[in-house]
Amino acid sequence: MFDKTRITGAVLQGLAALACVIIVAMVAIILGNILIHGLDRLSVGFLTRAPEAGMTGGGIFPAIFGTFALVLLMTIAVIPLGVATAIYMHEYAPKRSRMVHVVRLAIQNLAGVPAIVFGLFGLGFFIEFIGRGVDRAFFGGSLVYGQPAIIWAALTMALLTMPTVVVATEEALRAIPQSYREVAYSLGATRWQMISRIVLPQAVGGILTGGILAVSRGSGEVAPVMFTGAAYFLPELPRRLNDQFMELGYHVYVMTTQSPDVEATKPILYSTVLVLLMLTFLLNFTAIMIRARIRKRLRYGR
Amino acid sequence: MTVVRLPRAGFAGSLSDRLASIVIRGSAFLAILSLVLIFIFIGKEALPILTSQEVQKEASLSTLFFPQPAKPGARPQYMWQPVSEVPKYSVLPLFVSTLKVTVIAVFFAIPLAVAAALYTAEFAHPWVREVVKPAIELLAGIPSVVIGFFCLMVLAGWLQQVFGWTYRLNAVTAGLGLSLAVIPIVYTVAEDAFSSVPQTFREGSLAMGASSWQTAWRVVLPAAMPGVLAACVLGFGRAIGETMIVLMASGNAAILSLSPVDSIRTFSATIAAELGEVVVGSAHYHVLFFLGAALFVLTFLLNLFGHWWVGRLQKKLQGAS
Repeated sequence: MFDKTRITGAVLQGLAALACVIIVAMVAIILGNILIHGLDRLSVGFLTRAPEAGMTGGGIFPAIFGTFALVLLMTIAVIPLGVATAIYMHEYAPKRSRMVHVVRLAIQNLAGVPAIVFGLFGLGFFIEFIGRGVDRAFFGGSLVYGQPAIIWAALTMALLTMPTVVVATEEALRAIPQSYREVAYSLGATRWQMISRIVLPQAVGGILTGGILAVSRGSGEVAPVMFTGAAYFLPELPRRLNDQFMELGYHVYVMTTQSPDVEATKPILYSTVLVLLMLTFLLNFTAIMIRARIRKRLRYGR
Repeated sequence: MTVVRLPRAGFAGSLSDRLASIVIRGSAFLAILSLVLIFIFIGKEALPILTSQEVQKEASLSTLFFPQPAKPGARPQYMWQPVSEVPKYSVLPLFVSTLKVTVIAVFFAIPLAVAAALYTAEFAHPWVREVVKPAIELLAGIPSVVIGFFCLMVLAGWLQQVFGWTYRLNAVTAGLGLSLAVIPIVYTVAEDAFSSVPQTFREGSLAMGASSWQTAWRVVLPAAMPGVLAACVLGFGRAIGETMIVLMASGNAAILSLSPVDSIRTFSATIAAELGEVVVGSAHYHVLFFLGAALFVLTFLLNLFGHWWVGRLQKKLQGAS
């Protein structure tokens, strides 16, 4: 009855199960807490009005707009770059070639670079090097692009999210049966014709997944945009590429840590966090759904 | 499988084909280039600490790593006070802080994540998997600024009430928050490692009369060990570089102490908090880039090591099955 190995087994298995319970409970507590407190202030007005009275009233429209503008610019930069890199690795380079190995290593390591280092890079490279260079060349040295701006923030964020797009696109490319490519070639298609008319249309789902995951990541990250273009409060929405902008995540950070009146901003803060969370979760959820469909095809579609 | 010989690039010779080839190759090259550029541009701004006489008057390697007197004649100390009359740039308090919070985060995250991964891979009913996996994906999708917000506004208060700490924001609070960011990556890599162990290993073990936990503990876990270790290394790398959580929940006081309930100030939080107000080109600016370079090199090595290990495990298990 009291078999020692059986008891040890049950205890270990119980502990492992407990770990699952703890993780799920932590996620539930965080989301529950934010949902309960965040729903108070959430309204259409909150989403469509500008902040008032030193962030103790009004809404968060400029931050939402700024976040959308940022990720839109980021997407324009990151999708072509990421998709082309994936196509190179999967369709162009010889299998198992050294170059593919190096590119993959670079992508993996790029994914592991801390967000704050991207922020430093954005400041040192895009603003101080490229921006100042453009100013010297075209604007007689006056500050136009050599300062924090939405374009530099978006490009910094594009670098940060590129691995996401590459990995998702590659997975989609892998799901396309090799016979499709062979048929295209046998009909006399050139490599680019094969890619543009056979591979890319088939990979749209994966590219979409990667893009959505990148947008989700990009709309939540704060560290890379802190020094490259995000501002705490601006009376006007960004109109030009060299304008600064308000961002949801940065807004949360500043309101949390530098608010003069914590109690007054708390309800607004909670609602802002809820909006940010809903935005990222909605995006993630969509991406996961599309990815699940691709994986299904990868498994059964051949 | 039939092998089809692909046309060589430029074979067809049409303009669009050549153009596409150039653009696609260029993009792939850009991926490598961007990593190199990050290294160059962070390094370039960190270098004046070693080379510029002007900067070295305020901050050189010896002021960074050895104790400095606060005033002429005072006892030398390790201090980080970049904006005082005599700026002091000792990285030791920051280094100890970073190490402290990372170790605490990893200490909580690794047992939880690895145990959960083992459970979902080996024992769990499908419905448990259907709950745990989405929960991990949700956790991975929470922006770190939101975790930082939760730690600062909610968790710190709860913990202080329970344990009665002097400082509400300390290394344990930040470490717990940080572990939330580490759990998803450790779980994912560890779970991959467990499920890549060939089914024949389990069947052999069960056929010899081992129980399911004996199989998991003595067969699957050892076989997947390199992957689990890689998961730990990648989790460590993630924890060292994470910024927003420690910036918001750690108290940001550069105190040199080993106590886990003192406030801390990490490398990443220091950069985030101070870079906004620093004069471009000043000694302080270069010191912050030096911290960034240290972070970059450290995480780069950890990642390289982690991925190399994962690759080795896959090769080994593919050979075995």
